[in-house]
Amino acid sequence: MNYFSLIIGALLVNNVVLVQFLGICPFLGVSSKISTAVGMGSAVMFVMTLATLVTYLVQSLVLVPLGIQFMQTVAFILVIAALVQMVEMVLKKVSPALYQALGVFLPLITTNCAILGVALIVVQNNYSLVDGLIYALATSAGFALALFVFAGIRERLEFADVPPVLKGAPSSLITAGLLALAFMGFSGIV
Amino acid sequence: MINLKQNLTKGFIKENPVFVLLLGMCPTLGVTTSGMNGLGMGLATTAVLLASNMVISLIKNIIPDKVRIPAYIVVIASFVTIIDLSMSAYVPALHEQLGLFIPLIVVNCIILGRAEAFASKNGLFASFIDGISMGLGFAFALTLLGVIREILGSGAVFGFPLVAEGSATMLLFVMPPGAFIALGLLIAGVRSLTNLSARLAVQNSRTPVVSPEPAGGKA
Repeated sequence: MNYFSLIIGALLVNNVVLVQFLGICPFLGVSSKISTAVGMGSAVMFVMTLATLVTYLVQSLVLVPLGIQFMQTVAFILVIAALVQMVEMVLKKVSPALYQALGVFLPLITTNCAILGVALIVVQNNYSLVDGLIYALATSAGFALALFVFAGIRERLEFADVPPVLKGAPSSLITAGLLALAFMGFSGIV
Repeated sequence: MINLKQNLTKGFIKENPVFVLLLGMCPTLGVTTSGMNGLGMGLATTAVLLASNMVISLIKNIIPDKVRIPAYIVVIASFVTIIDLSMSAYVPALHEQLGLFIPLIVVNCIILGRAEAFASKNGLFASFIDGISMGLGFAFALTLLGVIREILGSGAVFGFPLVAEGSATMLLFVMPPGAFIALGLLIAGVRSLTNLSARLAVQNSRTPVVSPEPAGGKA
């Protein structure tokens, strides 16, 4: 498989948030400031790549040999939850500075559907391990990019005078819609 | 009895998971390209929510407090697997359309949220009612958004065409950006309606006070 088209496809054309609608909750929830957006984006990149690696191994070493692929959803979500917990503990011990930066976002990531979604996509599309890892990295970079751009817009939107009923979620959603419209310009590149 | 009625109706407007609580946004935006998809996703989520709410309220006393979240997730994931396999057996076309979002019901915040906030503290019957109310409220929101997007984007309702074939429709609304814009406007609309009804309720309750009759007995 051509890595370049895989990366561009996952990063821009099929952007995980704006085109595939995965991970909307953190996208709307932690995008009011650029600094938190950067923290969340890097935490997701870290966990998503790791989670894809682990779930890939669980799928090919445990579920397939035992013939219990129907346990996929249950197994994956438990592995991801355990992994997030472990990453949190290891970071706390090994790198307190990194834990300070990413720590608060880690518990939120368990319920980020992008993580489970990408793990399932990689398995369903029969990617090889390397392809899957590159796809996960590019997808999470796409998430971080969308979050960063959106946070930048929202920081400025805060000073705008919007009608009371549109304050908060509605104006954010419409802004996200316009951003998605801009990302549609990438379609057809790959 | 009033409590029961409140529990049953809260999910539709007052505590609607989508319009008010802003939970479960990924399936809301992802699958609502048509009314039918929205309804299907809403009902699948309702089934999982109902079953998990009931089971969790039954086993709430035997789960140690420290591992309750993983335990809830296992219960939810098991029901999602059941729904996933049943849908691929009985409604394969819809299953194909909803795709990835069926297994992703596991991480729908509404289900875990209701387990933690309601089913773990209330009895079986109350949790059942709560599951119905919240689930159907979610289904209602998804169907409404799906119908709106379908009308605007493909000029049809539940697959029945409203406009002549080949006429221009706002294709944007069945594409990803349209999902965000339509949901944003819909939430704004629901908000202004609830504001309006709150203002009317205040006016109505004020009327007897300003009337010349002595209000002693009525209050």
